Amino acid sequence: MSRSDVLVDADWVEAHHGDPGVVLVEVDEDTSAYDKGHIRDAVKIDWKTDLQDPVRRDFVDKAGFEALLSERGISNDDTVVLYGGNNNWFAAYAYWYFKLYGHQNVKLLDGGRKKWELDSREIVTDVPHRAATSYRAQEQDSSIRAFRDEAVAAIGKLNLVDVRSPDEFAGRLLAPAHLPQEQAQRGGHIPTAKNVPWSKAAEEDGTFKSDDALRTLYGNEAGLDFGKDTIAYCRIGERSAHTWFVLHELLGQANVKNYDGSWTEYGSLVGVPITLGDAP
Amino acid sequence: MTSAGCGAPAGGATATSAGSQAIVQGRVTQNGSAVATGYARLLNSGGDFVAEVPLGDDGGFRFFAAPGSWTLRVLAPGGVRAERTVSADVGQVTELEVAV
Repeated sequence: MSRSDVLVDADWVEAHHGDPGVVLVEVDEDTSAYDKGHIRDAVKIDWKTDLQDPVRRDFVDKAGFEALLSERGISNDDTVVLYGGNNNWFAAYAYWYFKLYGHQNVKLLDGGRKKWELDSREIVTDVPHRAATSYRAQEQDSSIRAFRDEAVAAIGKLNLVDVRSPDEFAGRLLAPAHLPQEQAQRGGHIPTAKNVPWSKAAEEDGTFKSDDALRTLYGNEAGLDFGKDTIAYCRIGERSAHTWFVLHELLGQANVKNYDGSWTEYGSLVGVPITLGDAP
Repeated sequence: MTSAGCGAPAGGATATSAGSQAIVQGRVTQNGSAVATGYARLLNSGGDFVAEVPLGDDGGFRFFAAPGSWTLRVLAPGGVRAERTVSADVGQVTELEVAV
């Protein structure tokens, strides 16, 4: 796996516009962003209504994912190019989610919607029509998804990467600063977790930093042991999917899991250890 | 705004009063008109990125910060950048007008 296998730039998207077998998909934190304008021929996936089970706290099941992609006109053989706002935050989450259900050929548009907009590239409101398909998903790939017991068992043994902001890590905030403060019962972080805010992996225009800069960030600066397995978490598993993308897809770390239950689950569990303050 | 996730609507989540929140909000304008395409970024006192929202149709943005000093950075097409320092307090809505 290398950078060119998993990332494309805006020129690539424009050069391949209209190619059969290439599907552009916008997945945005702001789920109304697509409706106000998007890259021509992009289809929309709503991270909340399309990807979350409406009742239980979990993802849509395999049949639900198959129905979603079939309805959006996405085939198993298609190259899916995902993009979104805020440094591709939710697009990276969708990337991980597509991988979870075994989609082979998926890429991120480097810089996402923000760089596209800041570069003044074309945004349209026309909604494309794609013929329905018969998509077949794989069973969830458990090698990239961690559950709460694995997070607890990882304390002091594996790399735990808390990718929230320093204030959330320390327990001073319970949510990112653009959202009302609510959610978990307790603040803080999982003991021994290193704090590497997800956004440090991105440049200001939303593109990913170079591989060398990323290795320095996670290895030399944060002290991650690349020889150990890693679990990344945040508040609800989206920001940590971005870090999972960096560690697993860009840097090629073998065993990296995203704990999507994350702090909203862990910080409400009874009896688990919690550390407060800035130190791991 | 539901409590289900991280979704940030353009311009930030709706708040009617600060309550226990420390809110920083405002509007970005250029020659008196709203800048509707662009991004507001909140940086902490160490200069590290904390949060980002796309500007609303009225150029608006809103953050729920912690008490203290923050830097607000605005990015817009055409290489437009602007920066303001701002302090936030619990129970207060700090208003900011950023002309770029």
